[in-house]
Amino acid sequence: MSSYHLDHLQYLETEAIHIMREVAGEFERPALLFSGGKDSICLLRLSEKAFRPSDLPMPFLNIETGHEFPELIEFRDRRAKELGAKLIVRTVDEAIQKGWATPARGEISRNKLQIPALLGAIEEFQFDCAIGGARRDEEKARAKERFFSFRDSFGQWDPKAQRPEIWNLYNARVNPGENMRVFPLSNWTEMDVWQYIKKEHLAVPTIYFSHERECFRRGGQWIPVPPPHADATKPDPYAGARPKPTEPLKQLVVRVRTIADMISTGMIESPADSVDDIIGEVSAARVTERGTRADDKASEAAMEDRKKAGYF
Amino acid sequence: MPHTQHPIEILRFNTCGSVDDGKSTLIGRLLYDSKSLMEDQVEALEKSADITGGGQINLANLTDGLRAEREQGITIDVAYRYFATPKRKFIVADTPGHVQYTRNMVTGASTANLSIVLVDARQGVIEQTRRHTFIAAMLGIPHLVIAINKMDLVEWRQERFQEIRDEIEDFLPKLDVFRDVKFIPISALHGDNVVDVSKFTPWYEGPTLLAHLENVHIASDWNLNAFRFPVQWVNRPNNPTDPMLHDFRGLSGQIASGIVRKGQQVAVLPGCIKTTIKDIWTYDGSLAEAFCPQSVTICLEHDIDISRGDIIVGLDSLPGMGSALRARICWMSTRPLQAGKRYFLKHGAQTLQAVVTQVEGRINMETLDLEPGPTEFRANDIGVIGLKTAKPLVYDGYTTNRLTGSFILIEQGTNATVAAGMLFPPLEVVKPEYTDFAI
Ligand SMILES: Nc1nc2c(ncn2[C@@H]2O[C@H](COP(=O)(O)OP(=O)(O)O)[C@@H](O)[C@H]2O)c(=O)[nH]1
Ligand SMILES: [Mg+2]
Repeated sequence: MSSYHLDHLQYLETEAIHIMREVAGEFERPALLFSGGKDSICLLRLSEKAFRPSDLPMPFLNIETGHEFPELIEFRDRRAKELGAKLIVRTVDEAIQKGWATPARGEISRNKLQIPALLGAIEEFQFDCAIGGARRDEEKARAKERFFSFRDSFGQWDPKAQRPEIWNLYNARVNPGENMRVFPLSNWTEMDVWQYIKKEHLAVPTIYFSHERECFRRGGQWIPVPPPHADATKPDPYAGARPKPTEPLKQLVVRVRTIADMISTGMIESPADSVDDIIGEVSAARVTERGTRADDKASEAAMEDRKKAGYF
Repeated sequence: MPHTQHPIEILRFNTCGSVDDGKSTLIGRLLYDSKSLMEDQVEALEKSADITGGGQINLANLTDGLRAEREQGITIDVAYRYFATPKRKFIVADTPGHVQYTRNMVTGASTANLSIVLVDARQGVIEQTRRHTFIAAMLGIPHLVIAINKMDLVEWRQERFQEIRDEIEDFLPKLDVFRDVKFIPISALHGDNVVDVSKFTPWYEGPTLLAHLENVHIASDWNLNAFRFPVQWVNRPNNPTDPMLHDFRGLSGQIASGIVRKGQQVAVLPGCIKTTIKDIWTYDGSLAEAFCPQSVTICLEHDIDISRGDIIVGLDSLPGMGSALRARICWMSTRPLQAGKRYFLKHGAQTLQAVVTQVEGRINMETLDLEPGPTEFRANDIGVIGLKTAKPLVYDGYTTNRLTGSFILIEQGTNATVAAGMLFPPLEVVKPEYTDFAI
C-alpha cells in the first residue's frame, strides 16, 4: 500500500466533510440536528473539521419529546456552548399546544409527534436543509436513503422517486417551502462511529457507559423507571410509561446502546465503562442496535412509514 | 467475524444484472455466510418466511427494505449494506435490474470500485447483461466480476459456464476499460463459491467471490496524477480581534485528484492566475502535502478573488477550458431529452446553465455500437450529445479524471436530476498565458 492512502475512517471522514461543505455552499439556511447522541456527536466533530477556523455556519436544532434523559440535555447544552454554536430547541409540548400535533389516544410514545414539531421548526426558521446523523446500517428503510434526501413542501419522503445520486455530485436544488435532509454519516456503521469517537477522543453522555439503574421489563426490553412526578398540579408527563404492579422493578447494571427518549430506549445489561469496552461489545454483539428501540419494533415498515411522513 | 477493530481499507461494490438473476439473494448470502447478520435480522427474516415464504427464508428480503419491494418481490432502489471481514470493510450497493430503474443502478454503481454482474446460467447473456456491463465500463469502474449464477439449475456444467464466458469475452474488447475481469460460477441460493468453496465445481480453480473481494488490488483506484481542487467553500473567519484569524483566508474543498505540496505553484481557473500554496490547513494541523480524496483548506500566497466553483490545478498537467462540450450521457427522465432544451449543469462545486446543442447518437444495446440519428433520448437511453454552457467550464476527460470529467443535468423548474454525463477529453488544454499575480 502506498503512503497516499486513506484507511476506512479517514475515507468516511473526508466523504462526510465534503458533504457538509456542499451543504454550506448550496443552502441559504441550513441547520444541524443535534440530540447529544453518539451519531450527532460525530457530526459535530465533522462540522469542526469542515468549517474551522471559521464559526460553524449553521445553528443546531433539537426537538425534545419531553421524556429526555437529563444527562443528554445537559451534554447537548454544554457542547453547543463549547463550540460557540447557536442551539435552537423546540418541543413536542409546544407543538401540541399550537395544535400542530395531536397525540393518538392510548399512545404513550411521543416519537411520532416529533414529526410535526420538526416540520414546525423548519417552517418557523425557514430552514431549507437539515443535517442529520442517520446511518444506513441502522434500519432497512434508511438503507435506501440518499445522502441528500429531498422532502416536498409537506416534509414527505418519496422512496419510490428519489433523485439519482451519482458520483459526489449532489443535487441540492429545492423550491421555496421544500427542503433537504442531508445525512453525512450514511455510510458509517455503529462500529465506525465508536472507532471515530475513540480516535477523536470525543466525550459522550454518561448514559452510554455502564451504571446502576432501576428498570422494569416491558415488550422484551429493560425500560428505565422514569423520574418521579414532581409537579402534582400538572398531569404526569410519564403517565402510562410507569411500571405497572405486574412489572416488578429491578436494579441493574446497564447502559444505552442507542438513545431515543426514556420511554422508547431499552437499556442493555452491560459492564462496559469505557469506549474500548463498548467497541469490544459492539464487535461481539449479536443483535443490531435498533433491536433495543421499541419504536422500530412496531412493524416491519415502521421506519419507512415515519420517514414518509417527515421523520428525521 | 462480523467486525474488525483495526483500521483497514474499504472496498465499494455493487451487484447488477437483470431482474431475478439473483442480485439480492447474493448479497443476502454474503451477509449470512460471512456471519454479518445479527440475530434480530435473522429473526425478522424467519418471521417473514413463515408469513410469506412458506417457511423458506428469502435472503433477498435483507436488502429489499421498502414495503413496495417486498410486496412485488423486486428491487426498486439501491439498498446499501455494510459488512466487514478481518481483511476489509465492504460497502455494498444492491441495485435494481429493471430497465426502468436504470437511474438507480447508475446511482449505486457510480461510486463503486468493483461491479458484480450476475448472469442467470439458464438464460445466458441478455440485453440487461450487456447494458449493465456497458454502464459499469462507461462509469470507469476498474474491477469487474461476472458471476454466473444458478449453476445448480444447469447441473454445474462447465460447458455452460464456458459458453457464457465466451459470449461475454466477445464483447468485452469493445469496452476495454476494466483493469481486471473475473468469471465465477456460483449458486447464490445455496452459497456455492460465494463464501465457501463449492464441491460441485472441481473444474473451477479461481477464488470464491468473497476471497476475490478481499484480495483484489484497489490501492491504486484513486487518481493521484494531476492535481485538481474544486473550491467548495471560502473559509473566512469573521474575527477582527484574533490576529491569526483576522487575515485567514482559506479555500475549503476535497482534492479531486493528484497531490499538492506546500510551496507548490498552482493556477486558479478559470481566472488563469498563477500563485503558490502557502499552507494546507486542517483541523488537525497543517500538512506538508495532501492527496486525493482528502478534504483540506488551502491558503494561497496571494489574496486573489476566488469563489465556490473555481478550480485550483497543478501546472504540470493542465485541464481543458471551454463552453462547447461533448459528452456521453445516461438519460434518466421520462420526459425526453431534445436539442435546444436548457438545463442546469452541476460540475464539481459549480452549477451553471447549459443548452443541449446536438443529439449525436445513441448506443444500441444489442450491438453496443453508437448509432447516429436519434432526435431525442428517452428514459434510460445512453448516447452522445453536444452542450453549450453559459460560462466556460474547466474540466478533464472522464477517462482521465472521474471527478472533473463528470456532471449531472438538472431540469429547471422540477429540479429533477435527469442525466449523468461523462465528458470527452478537451480538444485543447488551457493555454499557459497566466496573468502572474500583479503586485
Ligand atoms: N436455484 C437457484 N435460484 C436462485 C439462485 N439465486 C437466486 N435464485 C432465485 O431467483 C429468484 C430471484 O432472486 P433475487 O435475488 O430476488 O433476484 P434479483 O432480482 O436479481 O435481486 C429468487 O426466487 C431466488 O430465490 C440460485 O443460485 N439458484
Ligand atoms: Mg433484487
